[in-house]
Amino acid sequence: MLSNLAKLIRYRGLVQSLVARELKARYRGSVLGFLWSFINPLLLLSIYTFVFTVVLPNRNPIAQPYAVFMFCGILPWNWFSSSLMEASGSLVSGGNLIKKVLFPAEILPIVNVLANMVHYFLGMLILVAFLIGYRHWPDPAGLLWFPVVILIQLVFTTGLALFLSALTVHYRDIRDLLSNLLMFWFFATPIIYPWQDENVRSYKWLFDLNPFTHLAVSYQEILFFPGPVGHAKWLMAVGVLSVLVFLAGYWFFDRLRDSFAEAV
Amino acid sequence: MNAIELDHVSKIYRRYSGRQFATLKSALLQRSILRDLSAAETFPALSDVSFQVPKGSTYGVIGRNGSGKSTALKLVAGITKPTSGTVKVDGRISALIELGAGFHPEISGRENVYINGIMLGLTKNEVRDRFDEIVDFAELRDFIDAPVKTYSSGMYMRLGFAVAIHVDPDVLLVDEVLAVGDEGFTHKCLDKFAEFRRRNKTILLVTHSLGMVERFCDEAVWIDEGHVMGHGDPKRLVDAYLTAVERGEDALLASTTAKAVEAAKRGDSDEPHPADGVTPSSPEPQAPESDSASSEPELKNFFEETEGRWGSREIEITDVTLLDRESAPSFVFHSGDPMSVRVTVHAAHAISDFVFGIGLFNADGVCCYGTNTYLEEMTPVSIEGTVQATFEVERLDLVEGTYKLDVAVHKRDGFPYDYHRLLYTFRVKSRTHDAGIYRPPHKWTFDGAVTFTDQIDKL
Repeated sequence: MLSNLAKLIRYRGLVQSLVARELKARYRGSVLGFLWSFINPLLLLSIYTFVFTVVLPNRNPIAQPYAVFMFCGILPWNWFSSSLMEASGSLVSGGNLIKKVLFPAEILPIVNVLANMVHYFLGMLILVAFLIGYRHWPDPAGLLWFPVVILIQLVFTTGLALFLSALTVHYRDIRDLLSNLLMFWFFATPIIYPWQDENVRSYKWLFDLNPFTHLAVSYQEILFFPGPVGHAKWLMAVGVLSVLVFLAGYWFFDRLRDSFAEAV
Repeated sequence: MNAIELDHVSKIYRRYSGRQFATLKSALLQRSILRDLSAAETFPALSDVSFQVPKGSTYGVIGRNGSGKSTALKLVAGITKPTSGTVKVDGRISALIELGAGFHPEISGRENVYINGIMLGLTKNEVRDRFDEIVDFAELRDFIDAPVKTYSSGMYMRLGFAVAIHVDPDVLLVDEVLAVGDEGFTHKCLDKFAEFRRRNKTILLVTHSLGMVERFCDEAVWIDEGHVMGHGDPKRLVDAYLTAVERGEDALLASTTAKAVEAAKRGDSDEPHPADGVTPSSPEPQAPESDSASSEPELKNFFEETEGRWGSREIEITDVTLLDRESAPSFVFHSGDPMSVRVTVHAAHAISDFVFGIGLFNADGVCCYGTNTYLEEMTPVSIEGTVQATFEVERLDLVEGTYKLDVAVHKRDGFPYDYHRLLYTFRVKSRTHDAGIYRPPHKWTFDGAVTFTDQIDKL
């Protein structure tokens, strides 16, 4: 397993060009092309903003301006959920490569996670524009935490992606299961409602069990809420968890590796 | 020094019949996810295969479809792992197994060359250095910036081939991919192989083109149903393989013929014939009459006719056997070999009007030859009891192909006693792929300054 991890580093050039290909290919043939990476989050943002400021207004004073608050959490969530959705099918759709080319299979789900991370960064540009537009300045000291959260989420997502991609090879029902699970998970995470809400606080222990709660809250604290980042302890716990998830996911992937070429 | 070594390698594929659709729920409930993945039913693709490919040699792998050749290649390539035994490969491998397997249809040929090259083990700079060479080899200079989805399948394959061959491997694995281009491109590929050989690289070639194996390979291995049937000198091995193929064909033709005869026996009257006025199984004697001759195999509606059997059975054909040079029953003959058709008939009582006939048809339904005893001026006098009639051909000078036989006993006016229509199938093999129907015994002679070599110059 460790030697496989080392091999992965040798293949970073390939990962790089596959991520670039993924990004290029995604919008090839569309008129607006790469602009979609901006338009998609913008449209999403306007829908949620309309729903939660006009139709079902969220009046919690702590989460104002609401659009910016929500955006802080929804962008990393999109990175997370699209990564898992795409990665879970990656081995099956990349079956040709696994069967015909000598090729470390874990590259496929990892490329999905990384490509979606790039989309996340592009979405961040929109968020920055909004932060400037609303004159809502995050605490500069807190920004130091930003790369840490990114890294933790990356490790966490990659671990799950490896696990799910390997399992999907043998159980194709994962994809359907996953899309429903992710929907549930989204609403169970304080993304469209603030974590500090009274109603949320009364179920705090339940929310604490959800690792993405701490990621989302960390993003919000870093980018949105004033003051120093107070969630660091939980974040570190999630950090440890994500390393464990990664190791377990990779172990599981490694264990099933030899069956891929036959089962896809 | 060996470039590739397979040591007692077995590969067992698992069949996930039924199990594959086991639900995740049940797997989770029984905590058997990992256990369920080891399916009950197994299929041995390779059993105890060992062979060594010396460095710098060109090594052929031959065998029928499904014999395990490609599995062996995948094991050497490292794409799958052997169930038991070891596979050792020394040096960088490039596998021409499926060309362009990693191409992404939406992006340009140029970008695909880079990604494919990196996938096959080159660095970005190495691809850049070879880029022009690759594009020129693939003859795609004008289209290299178009998305790969707009390529024809030939262009796609050529680009895939060009990238794979420019990886500059120490060991090149080739799986039946030389049919990718036109004549010119194929020659270029062969030249590239020759260059590989000159540079002392190792090539493992899996192919059905036995000519290529004979021409290119230093050594070869023959695999059948996952077992090594032999290895060594390609010429000797190809001969052994061809003999085995013949034997297989022989069995197949035997069963085809047996089935046809059986079906004709059952569905006796499914082919009502104009001349057939008597019910099949009534051996009621009919007085021989009329002496007007009729030519035997009727060809008019041949294309509508299939195999069948009809006739009064006063004289019944009980057995038809094709015999080879050694008088052994056979269904496969070599062009130019002798062949005999031994017809066993039974006449329940003495009959004085009878003609034995034979018709020989090729797969297109063309009558290659037809004759009968009456045409050959043998005037019948009497027949009774069980009789064997043998039609001997001294030289079967037919071109390669599958042929069918009509065998019949009838009256001189054509009234059938027992007519077997196209029931007997046999195959003629030839190492010369000449055209037509009939191969007259012949030779070439030349006057003047003309020279030839024995070497085969064709794929």
